[in-house]
Amino acid sequence: MLPTPDTSHVAYERVYEPAEDSFLLLDTLSSPSETSFLQTRFYVSPASGTPTPPEPLVVEIGPGSGVVIAFVTAHASTLLGTRNILTGAVDMNAYACAATTETVRRAVTSNPATASMAFLGAVQGDLVSPLRDHSVDVLIFNPPYVPTAQLPSREELPDGGRIDTENAFDEDSYLLSLSYAGGQDGMETTDRLLDSLPRVLSDRGCAYVLLCAQNKPEEVKERARCLGGGTWKVETVGLSGNQAGWEKLQIIRICREM
Amino acid sequence: MKVLSLNFLTCAVKTCKTQSDSYPLHPKDAELVQDDIELNEAFLINLLPRIDWKALSTTATELGFPALPSTPPTPEDLRADAKTLRDLHNLLLETQMVEGKLVCASCGHEYAVREGIANFLLPSHLV
Ligand SMILES: [Zn+2]
Repeated sequence: MLPTPDTSHVAYERVYEPAEDSFLLLDTLSSPSETSFLQTRFYVSPASGTPTPPEPLVVEIGPGSGVVIAFVTAHASTLLGTRNILTGAVDMNAYACAATTETVRRAVTSNPATASMAFLGAVQGDLVSPLRDHSVDVLIFNPPYVPTAQLPSREELPDGGRIDTENAFDEDSYLLSLSYAGGQDGMETTDRLLDSLPRVLSDRGCAYVLLCAQNKPEEVKERARCLGGGTWKVETVGLSGNQAGWEKLQIIRICREM
Repeated sequence: MKVLSLNFLTCAVKTCKTQSDSYPLHPKDAELVQDDIELNEAFLINLLPRIDWKALSTTATELGFPALPSTPPTPEDLRADAKTLRDLHNLLLETQMVEGKLVCASCGHEYAVREGIANFLLPSHLV
């Protein structure tokens, strides 16, 4: 087991605390089958005589505490075969961006022999909207997947949507609800992310997306296959140990044909 | 946020995605800090093919760095030119923008950067 990044500095009243879904992502990304997939796709040993491909950019959308992207950044050479990767993150929540930056800093400091030195930063934004077309090689998304009547909205706040310090509790609960409330089938945000994959993934790009049973994973996978006109490969690459509960989780890997 | 990240970021406004002047974003009132990071020649050489050189040249000039060569250096150029390697390493990896704004030349929107975090959330009339 690779060490899990330290998130003891994170204020969990406004940033999602690492939970079963986060740990399933860590287990999946470090599983022998996924490290082998990633290394085959993105890394060529200099000893092979073939030119090394350009460094892959790994971006996590909605990192929360930053535990997953810090894990990838800190264990870059174990997971991707080389320390020479770029990483970054986008989150709606400014506190999550700050928490992620610190979690990555700590994890890199604790794992100097395997870490990437090129964490670009965390920016505040809506999903992939600030990212350039075809820039992302590996996208990681642990979405707000819990089915809810509606998506969180600032307009629902009692004073008509303005956030100020007297409303700190409302703001904290708004920020936390962003991290789990998924609307219809828990898929409203994930659907938007899936729709943006053809724009943002590079020619060799792939995406890891976490789903729960209520998201109707088989339907999601079928829809994801059609993103590239039916040529994209979509597989379940991780399953949570707790298969009895309704909230059983899985990770799907969506990838462009190379 | 590292200066390198500006090469991967663009205006979040949907209608700007097809406008060529929405990229790169233009730093304004930028406050920079320098980290001390070990230089990795192989990393920089393999980074160049995925850098938009024209955008990087614009960013470098606007941040007050010396002008970059008009065409990207080849791997051979870089291996033979310690100074260019050092300058690129400093610009791309060691320099962080911590305060200021990033401005879209297409729609004029200014994205604030505070404590190293740029805010790309749009006001509702621009979504
Ligand atoms: Zn714009």
